[in-house]
Amino acid sequence: MFMEAITNALESNGLITGFIVVGITMYIAYLISSKLTRGLVHGSAIAIVLGLILAYFGGLFSEGTKGLSDISLFAGIGFLGGSMLRDFAIVATAFGANFDEIKKAGIKGVLSLFFGVFLSFFIGVVIALVFGYTDAVSLTTIGAGAVTYIVGPITGAALNASSEVIAISIAAGLVKSVLVMVGTPFVARFIGLNNPLSAMIYGGLMGTTSGVAGGLAATDIRLVPYGAVTATFYTGLGCLLCPTILYLITNSIW
Amino acid sequence: MVIYGVAILAACFLVGMFCGEIIGSLMGVDSNVGGVGIAMLLLIVVIDRLQKKDMLSMPAQSGLAFWNAMYIPIVIAMAASQNVLGALTGGPLAIVAGGVTVVISWFFVPIIGGKKAKESEIEFNRTNPLKPKEAN
Repeated sequence: MFMEAITNALESNGLITGFIVVGITMYIAYLISSKLTRGLVHGSAIAIVLGLILAYFGGLFSEGTKGLSDISLFAGIGFLGGSMLRDFAIVATAFGANFDEIKKAGIKGVLSLFFGVFLSFFIGVVIALVFGYTDAVSLTTIGAGAVTYIVGPITGAALNASSEVIAISIAAGLVKSVLVMVGTPFVARFIGLNNPLSAMIYGGLMGTTSGVAGGLAATDIRLVPYGAVTATFYTGLGCLLCPTILYLITNSIW
Repeated sequence: MVIYGVAILAACFLVGMFCGEIIGSLMGVDSNVGGVGIAMLLLIVVIDRLQKKDMLSMPAQSGLAFWNAMYIPIVIAMAASQNVLGALTGGPLAIVAGGVTVVISWFFVPIIGGKKAKESEIEFNRTNPLKPKEAN
């Protein structure tokens, strides 16, 4: 009776449960940050890594694809971190952003957007070649997966790629997203990621919205609006270019 | 009233999403293209106008500031609902393709950014109201 009452209370109020879980995660993360790393590693960076670890075990336990939120007790986490509230909060970060900075970086931001899609696609294709794929459809799909994990399956579906190749392209995009989330705060110093211009270029080059959103949050939250403003165009651009121009180019070579 | 700030944010968000859908269908892409980015630019312009006319009350600003501050918790919830298992068990090709893409892209950030990056850093620190520690 007692356990059932707790489960019911938590499950039927998923979003509220989500607040508690995230609150506890952040508390532990900031404690680790200040006690174990003496503030050297930012609390939010640790919190994101803890979140990813929870997602790993959630996936292991539930065999689903939405990490911790596939466990019914924690379904609210999926809503709190889902695309609606995430995008709403990203827009809210624009409160405090400087429009002049965005205008100043405008052309470089757009340039990095196109360059980012081409570069990621190209690298994905080359790696797929190294692993022995030689048909244009598979190469394009895996290249598109290196763009983002949304562009990969959309491209694969458009080109009738095999489900195995589509699965690889999604996984490649997921690896990219997770690595950007975890790695950004550590490389930020070395690549000059400390100002609006480089954040906009970063958003355009990396593109993966969840990766950039998480990575910049863990680096310096003031960079978030600048990175997000370009990154949110990236997936759309990838969906436009990959199954069309980039496929035609790939097809003409292989 | 607090809700005014939240409502302004929501209105900009929805207008941006609407534009993103339109752009997506004009481009023939089955996804929202840049909706969030447009919403952000719209919010920046609207807030600027309202602040200059002194029409944005403190409670309204706190409605905006709340969602701004909820960003990191939401990102952590997002991290916790990622398919991490899928990323780690996607096989060597997926891991190499994703990993190499990220590392090479990192190298290009300072190359595209160029020298101007440092000048702009000063501007950034001077004009932004939030300090990193307060933001958390």
